[in-house]
Amino acid sequence: MPAEQKKPVVHLLWINSGLSCDGDSVALTAAMQPSIEDIVLGTLPGLPQVAVHWPLIEYGLGGEEFMEWFWKADRGELQPFVLVVEGSIPNEAIKKEGYWAAFGNNRETGQPMPTAEWVQRLAPKALAVLAVGTCATYGGIHAMAGNPTGAMGVPDLLGWEWKSKAGIPVVCVPGCPIHPDNLAETITYLLYQAAGSAPMIPLDDELRPLWLFGRTVHEGCDRAGYYEQGDFAYEYGSPKCIVKLGCWGPVVKCNVPKRGWIGGVGGCPNVGGICIGCTMPGFPDKFMPFMDEPPGASLSTKAVRLWGGALRSLRAFTTKTLNQEPKWRKPGRALTTGYQPKW
Amino acid sequence: MAMAAASTNGGLVEMNWDPITRIVGSLGIYTKIDFGKRKVAECHSTSSVFRGYSIFMKGKDPRDAHFITSRICGICGDNHCTCSCYAQQMAYAVKPPHLAEWIVNLGEAAEYMFDHNIFQENLVAVDFCEKMVRETNPGVWEKAAGTEAPHAKDHGYKTIGDIMKSVNPIEGEFYREALQVSRYTREMFCLMEGRHVHPSTLYPGGVGTVATVQLFTDYLTRLMRYVEFVKRAVPMHDDLFDFFYQALPGYEEVGKRRILLGCWGSFQDPEFCNFNYKDMTQWGRKMFVTPGVVVDGKLVTTDLVEINLGIRILLGHSYYEDWAGKEMFVTKDPLGNPVDARHPWNQHTIPMPQKRDFGGNYTWVMSPRWYDGKDHLALDTGGGPLARLWPTALAGLVDIGYVKSTGRSVIINLPKSATRGPVTFEWKIPKWSNAIERDRARSYFQAYAAACALHFIDKALAEVRAGHSKTWEQFQVPRDSIGCGFTEAVRGVLSHHLVIRDGKIANYHPYPPTPWNASPRDSYGTPGPYEDSVQGQPIFEENPPEKFKGVDIMRSVRSFDPCLPCGVHMFLGNGRVLEKVHSPMAFVNPSI
Repeated sequence: MPAEQKKPVVHLLWINSGLSCDGDSVALTAAMQPSIEDIVLGTLPGLPQVAVHWPLIEYGLGGEEFMEWFWKADRGELQPFVLVVEGSIPNEAIKKEGYWAAFGNNRETGQPMPTAEWVQRLAPKALAVLAVGTCATYGGIHAMAGNPTGAMGVPDLLGWEWKSKAGIPVVCVPGCPIHPDNLAETITYLLYQAAGSAPMIPLDDELRPLWLFGRTVHEGCDRAGYYEQGDFAYEYGSPKCIVKLGCWGPVVKCNVPKRGWIGGVGGCPNVGGICIGCTMPGFPDKFMPFMDEPPGASLSTKAVRLWGGALRSLRAFTTKTLNQEPKWRKPGRALTTGYQPKW
Repeated sequence: MAMAAASTNGGLVEMNWDPITRIVGSLGIYTKIDFGKRKVAECHSTSSVFRGYSIFMKGKDPRDAHFITSRICGICGDNHCTCSCYAQQMAYAVKPPHLAEWIVNLGEAAEYMFDHNIFQENLVAVDFCEKMVRETNPGVWEKAAGTEAPHAKDHGYKTIGDIMKSVNPIEGEFYREALQVSRYTREMFCLMEGRHVHPSTLYPGGVGTVATVQLFTDYLTRLMRYVEFVKRAVPMHDDLFDFFYQALPGYEEVGKRRILLGCWGSFQDPEFCNFNYKDMTQWGRKMFVTPGVVVDGKLVTTDLVEINLGIRILLGHSYYEDWAGKEMFVTKDPLGNPVDARHPWNQHTIPMPQKRDFGGNYTWVMSPRWYDGKDHLALDTGGGPLARLWPTALAGLVDIGYVKSTGRSVIINLPKSATRGPVTFEWKIPKWSNAIERDRARSYFQAYAAACALHFIDKALAEVRAGHSKTWEQFQVPRDSIGCGFTEAVRGVLSHHLVIRDGKIANYHPYPPTPWNASPRDSYGTPGPYEDSVQGQPIFEENPPEKFKGVDIMRSVRSFDPCLPCGVHMFLGNGRVLEKVHSPMAFVNPSI
């Protein structure tokens, strides 16, 4: 449609050079709802045209040719764009010289251009800033106690009250790594918002999309039934609730057990992996040592075990009854179903 | 900003790519090119990120190590997780149940299948696609379009040109199919290890995965789709790569370096592996990918103890302070062998951020080397597969039916799949360690991993059918202990070295493949593998300096499967930055 072709292209400028592992870039290649092909080819109705400048699968060979898109944005020549930041932002002010994390070179000095400087230069010009993965959102693993780089998340750097020129706060999609479809879906939402067809993206106080992070792991976990019945695993590999083995699911905001990891397959506690709280601002320090029972769980499981134990034996009794067929299903000359035959 | 005084005829031109795209991580490649001789005169590689794992892991609970180190890498984090569990199991003296080891092997096999697939078809192949070849070597494109593909009946593409078209980004059908393959192979991975890329179900002592018949059926059905896929992918890549040798005589020189390959072995055999250091030589040789060091085509060792003791970390031209004279954590290994001060067990990481200076220090990557008693060898990992298949082929230790080492080749037997009968591939030891052979080995290793997975499924199902469902073993963390783990990350050697004191981590140093490959010139002046494979390589691209893309250089670097967020700048001599943006953007909507 000619009218649609006149719409401006939305550029996605992706900086993967925070302190990261690139796991969030890799995650996007796993997304299927929608896939990156769907986003790029505009498969979903009403999606604006999009140009993705993303190091991981960029066609070009890199270097200045690739960096030119970022320089253009810096000069104000690229509009509109969404700035995607992957990786935590190290504190470049705590040392005399050099860099902890850089993205391309500063064209004036020839020295590596710190990632932090890129974020500060581009954020004011962006339609929205999207922090992907727990490193970029809250600091994550690289911001653990004892770290040498003073790493932090994008909201720590720009300010938690920061808003883009379109009035959008830093959009945070945590997860270590990010859940593939959570990321693809948030990008899609922002593109619809950019096209004027979606209202302001709803975020919680920690700037996470509400519809993705509004419930706890436990609320979506298919092992919660074991918890309810006070039936806990004491060894990894058991199908029961693993809260006593270090799972933080009851208090962590995340939809992974509900959604599975990819194509509905995998996840965390639903498949035997303790929830280590990787979507939370307190990650990782507040959850370590990961393999110990969370302090709160020892009390709550004691309470649950009493009630849950009783419940379990009552249910076992009912199950036993339900495992038996009604008595009229049998051979013989008499019909005992209750029907009165006319023959 | 350009340093070189470039003259137009025959002088050196500076060409830099920072960051390099289509890799994982941050890498910069800085070269000086002699366009008169059509040769790369000099190359430096640099990394733009420092995170400090060895620093912030100190004092932490050792049981947290695999959760933390998984986060080192966003595409093969599970290899770190696995390696860390191996090291912890040694330190805690715990042996997981057999079933757990088969599950880990199946997860890791799926990782190889996924990762090699996406890297080969969606990142590497783009350097060989129609669009790229037209832009860099129009003459080669014309020839490709008119060259029949020798294995057309196996993969369905009539000409080499058709193969090149099929890997055009997004538009190419094989490119799109490979993306889908990368997804169901990640589902296979998640069946075993919970989440990609940082597993949720791996623990020291075993796995949390619930081992049921359903688990293995779900895996096997996807695996057989993959078997069907590699039956096409292997001959297709053979055709494509062989064509480059034929169309561009001398192409074997691209990315070529001395044969110096290291492999730390992969896939434990639980019937032999007890994670005891004292028996490591024996169980190392039972791995389904044989550990080994190959120098100039000769197998120097297959002994993991010898491999371990030979590792040396040199600082070279990196941004760190030396630790000479500092405390040694491990002076003797559990067998009583002396351990060097420059061994990872004794390393101290002391970052010293500073300006980048190619005459001085220029990267965050250190220089791991392997000391053979005489020299500090700059081993490379062949991007993973080349260095895995080579010692496996030479050692003749693997024979499980699905794969067999012959002493000079590796035979891979794939059973009948949906529409194709049984297929046997033979990977033969190549003449060179170069870009094309690294890339070719990657396709063969996908078949190798699939074949091994078939064996692991047989073994795991036999356990389940025998009524064994236990997947985890209890352990105690000792007050003081040491451990080491060896495996193969997707792109090559991976080791983790752990020292426990007072029940806490006193020292932890992981060595993934990329420091080996991306290392700078070391303290003895020996360049790292990226550097010396690019340095001196010929240039076949037809474009003049003003339009030069550097595809031959990128093929060299990418053949190692770089895994650091790295990049490359591109600027020309005479202080003139290449401003012209002439590259079409694959991810720009084609309708624009």
